[in-house]
Amino acid sequence: MLAEDAREIITRNLGFAISPHEECAVEAAVQLVEQHGGTTTVLTMGEPAAVDQLRFAISMGVDEAILIETDGVDRDAAATSAAIVDTIRVEQSGDAPFDVLLFGNESADAGNYQVGLRVAHALNLPCVAGIKALQIHADGTAVAKREVPEGWEVYELVLPAVFTVKEGINLPRYPLLRGRLAAKKKEIKIYPAPERGDAGLEMMAFKNPPETASQVQILGEGPSAAPVVAALLQKLGVV
Amino acid sequence: MVLAFLELAQGEFTDLSLQMLTLAGDIANQMNTGVQGVLVGMKERTAAGDVSAYGISKLHVIEHEDLADYAPAAWAHGVLQLMDILDPKVVIAAGSDRGNELLARVGVRSDLPVAANCIAARAHEGLQVTRVRWGGSLLEEAGLHVFPALLTVMPHMLVPVQPGSIESETDIIIFNPTLSEDDFRVRLVAREPAGEGVSLTNAPVVVSGGRGVGSAEGFESLETVARQLGAAVGCSRAVTNNGWRPHSDQVGQTGAQISPDLYVACGISGAIQHMAGCRGAKHILVVNTDPEAPILQRADYAVIGDLHEVLPALSAEIEKLRRQ
Repeated sequence: MLAEDAREIITRNLGFAISPHEECAVEAAVQLVEQHGGTTTVLTMGEPAAVDQLRFAISMGVDEAILIETDGVDRDAAATSAAIVDTIRVEQSGDAPFDVLLFGNESADAGNYQVGLRVAHALNLPCVAGIKALQIHADGTAVAKREVPEGWEVYELVLPAVFTVKEGINLPRYPLLRGRLAAKKKEIKIYPAPERGDAGLEMMAFKNPPETASQVQILGEGPSAAPVVAALLQKLGVV
Repeated sequence: MVLAFLELAQGEFTDLSLQMLTLAGDIANQMNTGVQGVLVGMKERTAAGDVSAYGISKLHVIEHEDLADYAPAAWAHGVLQLMDILDPKVVIAAGSDRGNELLARVGVRSDLPVAANCIAARAHEGLQVTRVRWGGSLLEEAGLHVFPALLTVMPHMLVPVQPGSIESETDIIIFNPTLSEDDFRVRLVAREPAGEGVSLTNAPVVVSGGRGVGSAEGFESLETVARQLGAAVGCSRAVTNNGWRPHSDQVGQTGAQISPDLYVACGISGAIQHMAGCRGAKHILVVNTDPEAPILQRADYAVIGDLHEVLPALSAEIEKLRRQ
């Protein structure tokens, strides 16, 4: 449902979840640490309620969590990336820079396809986008694969690096109750989001897509419809 | 001038490129300007053919000895150098994996915003675009106030541009960018072939199953019909989440976006995220027990019934037809 000014979605009756690609990115991070050791940190930018999704990631096996807290109004991709870059710079200013930064290829809601690439550029790191396989080797190199219609494209690069992940790279685990209870007690680091400036891509209004009238032709009910369907397939030239 | 990033597959423009050119031409008309094309790669010059039929007056081909295969940062750097010379008002690409990545990288390096998943645009205070959000649940009106405006086009929402008559030969201009080692930190080092079977992306017919199939074994009746029709087998996200099929079979917003001649949706309710993957289909045939399932809104034909009964009966009928 849209707010009266059409610039907001009323989310009162909606449930939130981690976007599919990002949930796979979390799973990939947890698996990398299971294989190679080290620690994982999950980060999101959003309103205070987004801690629920961070806790879900912790219950999947992530060690640390960071919320860049906003007033609930979305930033465009450039502003979102800039805030993430600032936070990453602070977090790795000590002696522990991140070896691998994982993003979803694109969010389920905004679908900008660019936050991971923008962060990589700002941090001067290489980035492979849209991967569905990732292996890290002991010598600090990585092999990432992208699925294309003809098969797979294979990329090799040196860490540290950024990867944007597509669903299918793994099947995310469903956290056990014990993990979910433990995640409730975990402290989450909060960074305030920077003030909103002028957006490069200015959101002006939302609108509902036009309704389309159903044109469906019911061919029949149950197995007795089979001859009609077969005749249709013949007419369409597929038999 | 509107600069359109074109993609080729087997020497022909991809369908998504032709859909993109529909919007590119519309924007150019509104701005009283023309569309020029850009291709990247060493083999593209000969494969380009005559593009003037698609309303493109000049075709720029970015060539470099290290651009034999995909190297995303280098491609973007090449396009940026070409933009410096041409000074386009708009740079537009298909919303394919490459189109989205290329424009994102161009936007990042030039510190410009990018509007992804656009379906319409108006030349007003820069460029106002209509873009698809949440896989199609909502549309967003957004403003790009600086030139060049960078945008990608949502797949399978616009009709492909139709070739017109060839009035003059397209001017093909070779551009050699200056690239450095830094541009090749990410590069393709090998290709691996796809597995056996009909490719989901290119199959003319896809037989797809959802939660209603009930199990991995339940896909046998879909496999049988698919074999008879030379079709690929697809599935919904509920199916991959249950581990019944590999993710490579998944059709939808986070899976494959396909455009077969016929999509047979069995036991799929038709959430908007699923429809985002099959809205390019020419025809949709539904087999579903629920006459109220949302997918019937988008279907052309439907059988109301249990797929486990309907599909075996259909297989027998197809076999009869083939023996005639």
